Amino acid sequence: MPHQDAEWQPSATLDALKQRAALMGRLRCFFARKGVLEVETPLLSAAGTTDPQIHSFETRYAGPGAAQGRPLYLATSPEFAMKRLLAAGSGPIYQVCKAFRQGEAGHLHNPEFTLLEWYRPGFDHFQLMDEVEALVTELAAGRLPAVHAKRTTYAELFWRHFGLEPHTASAEILARCAADFPALAGISGLDRDGWLDLLMSHIIQPRLGRGSLTFVYHYPASQAALARIRQSSADTPAVAERFELFYQGVELANGFHELTDASEQRARFEQDLVQRRAQNLPPIPIDERLLSALDEIPPCAGVALGLDRLLLVFNGLTRLSSVIAFPFIRT
Amino acid sequence: MANYSTNEFRSGLKVMIDNDPCAMIECEFVKPGKGQAFARVKLRNLLSGRTVERTYKSGESLPGADVMDTDLQYLYNDGEFWYFMHPETFEQVAADASAVGDNGKWLKEQDSCVVTLWNDRPIDVVPPNFVELRIVETDPGVRGDTASGGGKPATLETGAVVRVPLFVENDEVIKVDTRNGEYVGRVKG
Repeated sequence: MPHQDAEWQPSATLDALKQRAALMGRLRCFFARKGVLEVETPLLSAAGTTDPQIHSFETRYAGPGAAQGRPLYLATSPEFAMKRLLAAGSGPIYQVCKAFRQGEAGHLHNPEFTLLEWYRPGFDHFQLMDEVEALVTELAAGRLPAVHAKRTTYAELFWRHFGLEPHTASAEILARCAADFPALAGISGLDRDGWLDLLMSHIIQPRLGRGSLTFVYHYPASQAALARIRQSSADTPAVAERFELFYQGVELANGFHELTDASEQRARFEQDLVQRRAQNLPPIPIDERLLSALDEIPPCAGVALGLDRLLLVFNGLTRLSSVIAFPFIRT
Repeated sequence: MANYSTNEFRSGLKVMIDNDPCAMIECEFVKPGKGQAFARVKLRNLLSGRTVERTYKSGESLPGADVMDTDLQYLYNDGEFWYFMHPETFEQVAADASAVGDNGKWLKEQDSCVVTLWNDRPIDVVPPNFVELRIVETDPGVRGDTASGGGKPATLETGAVVRVPLFVENDEVIKVDTRNGEYVGRVKG
């Protein structure tokens, strides 16, 4: 008898797949009503993200147009190409696509996952948070508590949990704070942002969004990625105009009041490459076409929302395999 | 012994933590969308039995623990050590009270037990799920009682005390589930 692999079956129920289809229908209605245009951009790109914490799948094309072959990266997000559309005058746009991340697999991670990403010219991050809340509430179709989302700054969270100021605390102070938690004892060798990530993801995040959607905004300036930085004033340190959405301890979305300054963006990419070299990570070509487009891009805010995780939390589930037909381990 | 990187973490993996052998119970990949990746693990200390939680930076590694489970035959207890023998090589190992723990009361000569060895040293002994032991002391049975009712205590040949139905008498052999210490039934002699 031929060998039978018991794992040929989908890990998600048919009901979960029907919910996914219904969610797609509702989100397309939402954006159609708001006059936001659906677009598609390439999943294969000549340039990739330089972010030292995000690893790209690399592949190769050979054939007409590239006789010698050329490297291509699977998109870790459609951000760069969508910004080129904005710069070309697209107006508000959204996209539902797969995103690919090397080295990420677990209960809440799959190396390929479904993203909804959208951009709103003329919006800042506060206006976009309003729209994220409206969309998620509509998609939930009654499966969320009927309460408004909470909003809190990154600094408020650190103050409340640890009594420290995250924008100015040194790596040593953060390390000492982490050492108070038995589960975090023994970890060492992180930089300032690493300690912030550790405290945020292990201590604060599990308590975020319990019972209501919760936005966290104004991240450390060192974690701005592609967001604008609001410069420091007399009594406030510089912060990134970036927000994230959490529900039931799960990170659902990341948004930016977008940086539109090409030279500042280039400096950040180059800083990324310095860090990649220091960590022995492969160099990634900077997306010059994005940088050229940034000169033309209108002021805007943009956000990426993980749809697999959204389905997960709507159903009170804890593993992505229950909402993805064929997760990584069953491909 | 090999080192295991966070990418090799999985439940069941035996690693050294603070010089003690531990078994991973759970491991979870934790990473903010934009930020540092970590491996969060829950482990059982194989010496103390206690559960600990630890977090590692992705890419870090832990030394493996040379821990293996072997089926050994229980021989005897000399008051200090419990002696076990490999059924094929006849090699003997002596387990102390910290390895045997509370399970000593289920050990009967000739029974096959799972002995966990760390660097060839026994650190845990698990008796068979079911053992058959003779009652050495229990109150006289009450004639006519057939249901288990409230039962009564009975001391077994190994010193274990279990609750048995009232009709069970001295010198009878009974079957006991060692996982919960409960009486299963009488063994016909």
